[in-house]
Amino acid sequence: MIEVGTVLAEEVFYLDRALLREYADASGDQNPIHQNEEFAVSVGLPNVIAHGMLTMALVGKFVSDWAGGSAAVKEFSARFVKPVIVPKDQKVDLTVSARVSEVAGDRIKLDISATSAGIKVLGMSKAVVVKSENK
Amino acid sequence: MLNPDSVGRTFAGAESVNVSQDQIDAFCALLQESDMSVAPPTFSIRITLAQSQAILSKPEIGLDWTRLVHGDQKFEINRPIVAGDSFRCSSTIENYKVVAGNEIVSVRSDLYSGNEVVVSTWSTLVVRA
Repeated sequence: MIEVGTVLAEEVFYLDRALLREYADASGDQNPIHQNEEFAVSVGLPNVIAHGMLTMALVGKFVSDWAGGSAAVKEFSARFVKPVIVPKDQKVDLTVSARVSEVAGDRIKLDISATSAGIKVLGMSKAVVVKSENK
Repeated sequence: MLNPDSVGRTFAGAESVNVSQDQIDAFCALLQESDMSVAPPTFSIRITLAQSQAILSKPEIGLDWTRLVHGDQKFEINRPIVAGDSFRCSSTIENYKVVAGNEIVSVRSDLYSGNEVVVSTWSTLVVRA
């Protein structure tokens, strides 16, 4: 039984430069701060950073896996509080967890936490899913 | 700087946007999502950000897209997007303020299929000083 306070099992995703390129192609967002280290540094960033929306897409996968598929996700929101920094030839973590904050019939609201290298990257992240087995 | 007359106005996308299975497959592949029958929850950003960029960077509206960062994002999904969908996008500039020289713009975008709103999104975009 899912109830307020139920904690979802933590999941870790890994991001590297190849995934950023793949996301740039799939999303159409070719901003060089997500691919070119020299350019990213020139605009004051510490290194190449992941697209905020890639971070959010991975968190969306965490939510939809738990809820039973992409079609179960009805609302999803987040603030981009810190970038996920992706140095060359490294895989960096995106560690995601969540807790049930409201249950109304089959509609379940989640409060989501997402960190990378121990730093919170998303704030105020919430999702509403429909999980029919909770009827 | 954004033209203040544009705040509160709704702009229609110039043309309809078609969703292909290839686009959904590419998005699913990078997420290692095996069910490609519907689009992942954040797929619509691919449509709405491009539409917002086309609208907001018009000279008469005047947002400088090159110094833009994404502040926050929200989706309301009335039904999942599938291959074959064709959308008209409308974007409304809901709010605009300047804080410490940074321009903060809130944009709502609705994706319509006929008269049905399939997905609504809210984006806060920040143009750094």
